[in-house]
Amino acid sequence: MKSSTAAWVHARAPAWRALAERIARLKRHRTLSIEEALGAVEAYRNLARDLASARRLVPGTRTAAALEALFTQLHATLSRHPSGGWRGLLSVLRDDVPVVTRELAPRILWMGVLMIASGAAGFWLIATYPSLINLIASEEMIQHVEEGKLWTDGLVNVTPSSILSVRILSNNIMVALFAVCSGFLFGLGSFYLMLLNGLMLGATFAFVHQHGLAERLFEFVIAHGMVELSVICLAGAMGTAIADSLIRPTHGTRRESFRWCVRRLAPLMGLCAALLVGAGVIEGFVSPDPAFPLASRIAIGICSWFLMVLALSGRLLPRRGRARS
Amino acid sequence: MDPEQYTIPGITGVDVSWSIAGPGSRSYAFIIDWHIRVVLALAWLVGAMLFTFGGLTWPTSGARPGASVVFVVFLVPLVIYFFYHPVLELLLRGQSPGKRMAGVRVVSVNGGTPGVSAVLVRNVFRLIDCLPMLYFVGLVTTFLSAQRVRIGDMAAGTLLVIDERPPPQSLELGAAEGEADFATRDLAEQILERWPALGLDKRAAIARALLKKTHGSATDADALDDDSLRVRLAALAGRR
Repeated sequence: MKSSTAAWVHARAPAWRALAERIARLKRHRTLSIEEALGAVEAYRNLARDLASARRLVPGTRTAAALEALFTQLHATLSRHPSGGWRGLLSVLRDDVPVVTRELAPRILWMGVLMIASGAAGFWLIATYPSLINLIASEEMIQHVEEGKLWTDGLVNVTPSSILSVRILSNNIMVALFAVCSGFLFGLGSFYLMLLNGLMLGATFAFVHQHGLAERLFEFVIAHGMVELSVICLAGAMGTAIADSLIRPTHGTRRESFRWCVRRLAPLMGLCAALLVGAGVIEGFVSPDPAFPLASRIAIGICSWFLMVLALSGRLLPRRGRARS
Repeated sequence: MDPEQYTIPGITGVDVSWSIAGPGSRSYAFIIDWHIRVVLALAWLVGAMLFTFGGLTWPTSGARPGASVVFVVFLVPLVIYFFYHPVLELLLRGQSPGKRMAGVRVVSVNGGTPGVSAVLVRNVFRLIDCLPMLYFVGLVTTFLSAQRVRIGDMAAGTLLVIDERPPPQSLELGAAEGEADFATRDLAEQILERWPALGLDKRAAIARALLKKTHGSATDADALDDDSLRVRLAALAGRR
């Protein structure tokens, strides 16, 4: 028995060495031809048979360990997620994103209501108790407004637009992604984040309104704010969807349900990040620049918002041609 | 079933299993990666500022550099810092330099190399895992979860496993012929491989124990010196 085991290992060793080299080659290539793929599947079958024998005949040896490692490597290569390339990305943006957005529509609406309600509450709070602004705004910001200036005045002279937009867009993307991810805390993270954002926005408007600067703040916000606030609402809606997957699991376990939910939302998260890059560029280059009159700012705001809606509904990208009967 | 093993049924009926990487390997890989990305980002920033502004300060007088130059100077370090993990995990198929040095790899729950979406999701959820500081949430989750995964891995359907790379000679063993059975030769090979790393007393004791087990108490193993023990082990392993 012992000598036959050694003879078996001896006979199979060249095939395993060749397979090890083949796996290394397969791992280097991103795409495989049909012949290569079929050859790999056949090799996988043979290796599985050898591994089963090795587990029985020579357990705990280096040969068995080496075959285990070869098996896992080949398994990983064969089971890797197919890459759709640009076509795959286009398909995700055209087909998956609109479906998820439609599913999220009621949640987006509720998040919008929450933001408006908290904004109104913030406005009322500061309009009624002006001294509370110290809890929300920085000392420097308060001083600026009390002197009749907005903190955004001369922003471009202090910081170049490019740096400003990078800073803004990275911050906005962080906030939006955090609103999504914090849905993991059974939605409380997303809920509080939306509440806080609305509250701060309303409070800030109330404060500048008291000093006659509300119109100028509106002028600053309108070009980028429509997309930015909509995306924040979208992020909050995604956060609540994640929370829902944990509270009312749709799969066998909460973990599995969570994973499936995030997987469905992933393309929309990517699109939101891209939209915030656009909003950040507008906020860095257009919003603080006094050369842009109010009408053009409103036009930019509305156009970018419609572009966002088109992107979310999948209409921004050309549909595939349908065969005529 | 070993709780530190991740096993899935293979399509051939033969199970595929991986050793799960624990919080130690995970932290070790992260610390290496963190240092690499910080050094790279800082190197770019310092180099670009010296080249563009002539120093590590913002120019206060004279001609200011153009917006596009400034954009490149400050954007690249941010890109390096934030996209280091996702980009490298995609390019290196579930690994980054730190993971490679720590001998770990990210795999999806079906055992395959994770796709773009999974890699992005597991990295986006670092926002939660790093709360409140020093990856506290992520670390606690890896200690408590069954497969030692952080929240990002749960979201993406991935896990961190030990990247086992057997030495090529493991597959050559069958080609050798020796006096002992296969398992003993394998054991002798393993001892010989570790011979330089073991202390003199330890390796002598291990070698003598193996020789006695193979040849019985009649062997002269106790009388052999270090070199002779190594030669006898080599003979046992079938080395020529």
